[in-house]
Amino acid sequence: MNNHGSKRDSRLGEIVEASTGEFSVQCYELYKAPPLGALVRCNEDGPVYGVVSDVITSSLDPARHPIARGRDEDSEEAVYLSNPQLSRLLHTEFRALVVGHESDGRVLRYLAPRPPRIHSFVYSCSGDEVRTFSSSLDFVPILLSAPVRSPDDVATSFIRQASVHHPEPERFLVDAGRVLAGLLGRDMQRLNGLLKRLSP
Amino acid sequence: MNEHPQGDDRLGMVVAGSLTEGLKVRLDREVSIENIKVGRYVTVQGKLMRFFGVVSDVSLEASDPSLGASPPDVSDPFIAEVISGTAAYGAMSVEPMLALSSDPLAMIDGPQPAKTVPPHFSPVSLATESDVQLVFGEEDDRHFWIGNPLDMETRLCLDIPELVMRSNGVFGKSGTGKTFLTRLLLAGILQSGAASNLVFDMESEYGWKGYSEDSREVKGLKQLYSSKVAVFSLDEASSKRRGLTPDYVVRIGFDEIEPEDIQLLRESLNLSEVAADAAYSLHRHLGKGWLGQFLAYPTGETFGELATALGVNERALSALKNRLSRFHRFGFMDAKSGHDSVGQILQYLDRGMHVVLEFGRYGSDLAAYILVANLLTRRIYEKYAQMTEAAMGDQSQQPRPLVITIEEAHKFLNSRVASQTIFGTIAREMRKYNVTLLVVDQRPSGIDDEVMSQLGTKITCLLDNEKDLDAVLTGVSGSRKLRSVLARLESKRQALVFGHALPMPVVIETREYGSPESYRELGFKEAAELKAQVERETEELFGPREG
Repeated sequence: MNNHGSKRDSRLGEIVEASTGEFSVQCYELYKAPPLGALVRCNEDGPVYGVVSDVITSSLDPARHPIARGRDEDSEEAVYLSNPQLSRLLHTEFRALVVGHESDGRVLRYLAPRPPRIHSFVYSCSGDEVRTFSSSLDFVPILLSAPVRSPDDVATSFIRQASVHHPEPERFLVDAGRVLAGLLGRDMQRLNGLLKRLSP
Repeated sequence: MNEHPQGDDRLGMVVAGSLTEGLKVRLDREVSIENIKVGRYVTVQGKLMRFFGVVSDVSLEASDPSLGASPPDVSDPFIAEVISGTAAYGAMSVEPMLALSSDPLAMIDGPQPAKTVPPHFSPVSLATESDVQLVFGEEDDRHFWIGNPLDMETRLCLDIPELVMRSNGVFGKSGTGKTFLTRLLLAGILQSGAASNLVFDMESEYGWKGYSEDSREVKGLKQLYSSKVAVFSLDEASSKRRGLTPDYVVRIGFDEIEPEDIQLLRESLNLSEVAADAAYSLHRHLGKGWLGQFLAYPTGETFGELATALGVNERALSALKNRLSRFHRFGFMDAKSGHDSVGQILQYLDRGMHVVLEFGRYGSDLAAYILVANLLTRRIYEKYAQMTEAAMGDQSQQPRPLVITIEEAHKFLNSRVASQTIFGTIAREMRKYNVTLLVVDQRPSGIDDEVMSQLGTKITCLLDNEKDLDAVLTGVSGSRKLRSVLARLESKRQALVFGHALPMPVVIETREYGSPESYRELGFKEAAELKAQVERETEELFGPREG
């Protein structure tokens, strides 16, 4: 997993807020955040992995709330074309839950001892990276117990996205489902909901 | 003991349990619970020891107790696949029976009764052929193949010399295969040469031909081992009708009957206690030929005098006479003395032969069966006692152990008569005089508790009466678990075997008996085969025949 060089294409943005448990990233481009559940990486020396748990687009200046501008436009796209300042006044941020880090070249699927630094670059992970990281689902409890709005959606989104990078996606889903069943065996209702989201 | 890896036969792992309650084993996901049957034989690999046990229960478990109330959506195959074996899983209870230490020194002693349990998460596997052989021994001169453990191809063997050291029992409802099992045991005893057999063959089905439930003809011992088996008959006509010339026709004189025999017949002759006890007075009064004299006693005044002389109620005495006159109808009995049936039997036994006494038509008369079996056994036992005592201090002079097979055993061994009959004595004294019993019965609850507890090995086919189940399992450790096994045996060709001759209880599928292959396996040779063998051996001895 050491090919995280200066692949600018995969660079998403920079960290603007960080704790050991999660970090917020401001995207370079409006609306160019990774999807919910995507695996991202930051911190070039001693990478930290995160799973996208929330995506927010809002005004840069909290005091200035966007107003409706499209009454006379034909399409949504036209609103932006007519108001080029919008891409400067709005910004997209996402929050990611820290799920693991690398230490001495090994991937560890638990919290890093220190949070990533502010302005640390954040990259989306390649298919190989996702496969390697999801080869073990030891970190899933972090997702399931995260203080976010719908931890179950985050976890299942991650698992579904990761599955396509495995040679046998359905097998991966079943195995992942069993990990969930092991964790949530005492909460059949929640487990049922999770499995329904995973069902191919 | 790492030569038993967790191969394909792995079933699951130990997750809880105790020595008294048995081990709780969580089944692996891949294992289909429907393939796990009560009574199957499994091994558990602990850290220091290997345990052998029996599956005593199978259960369905769920990690969430509310699973039943809000079941997952199993119509989705994905969810069904994920849930089964994880949140909902199969489990079984295993009764640990034996433990084999991996310490090489302790291994010499073989498996010992389990005194502890394997640690958490020990892998549990189906027992392999080598496990079964390790525990029960391989088929050889001592070990007789009696059947296969449930759902296994392995031959399960009984240690015959160990078996005949004590009295044993074969139990089961009628039609469950008692007779077939008994035939096999007799053949096993015969083959091993560990003891001589004396069979009181009520239905005439051991010596010569017998019939299976579906009316197929099956061979008897004489047909399989003609040179080693002698068939005695009480009913020559019946034997001949079935194509057998008996080796000896048994006759019994009235003078051979003793008051004790009459006691035993109380129930079947419907005698009052007073009437039965009168036999003792008669014996005292009239001496050895008491029965003949009594039956010939004229009625009328002299009879009243006899009653007075004996101090017995005349009516009771007359009832006794009425009932005993039935003996006249027994064609094998007569007033002559000097019959030597016992001597003949002993002679054959002495020569290492096995004797089957056929009852022919008298087999349907319980009184005849009880009378003859008790009478002959008493005298044979007396002889054996004499011989054994004479041989004290000289082991080589000991008579060959004798196994006496009786059917309808509860008639001889019920708690009212067990203390009086010779069979009760033999069962209690065990092998003091080298005579033991093979008790065949369908109502074990009718047999005296003390006798039951003295039986060494019990081979039990299906029983469903509560009392019978209790009787068979009295005094057996882990009987509660065995009970569930016993009540669920199939009605044919399955038996639970436990006791002295086996290191642990085991459910078997009885070895086949009745097909040409089964006879061959038992050492029987068809005439053509025998001829070829004789020719071969002659050739080996004298060289090829000329011309």
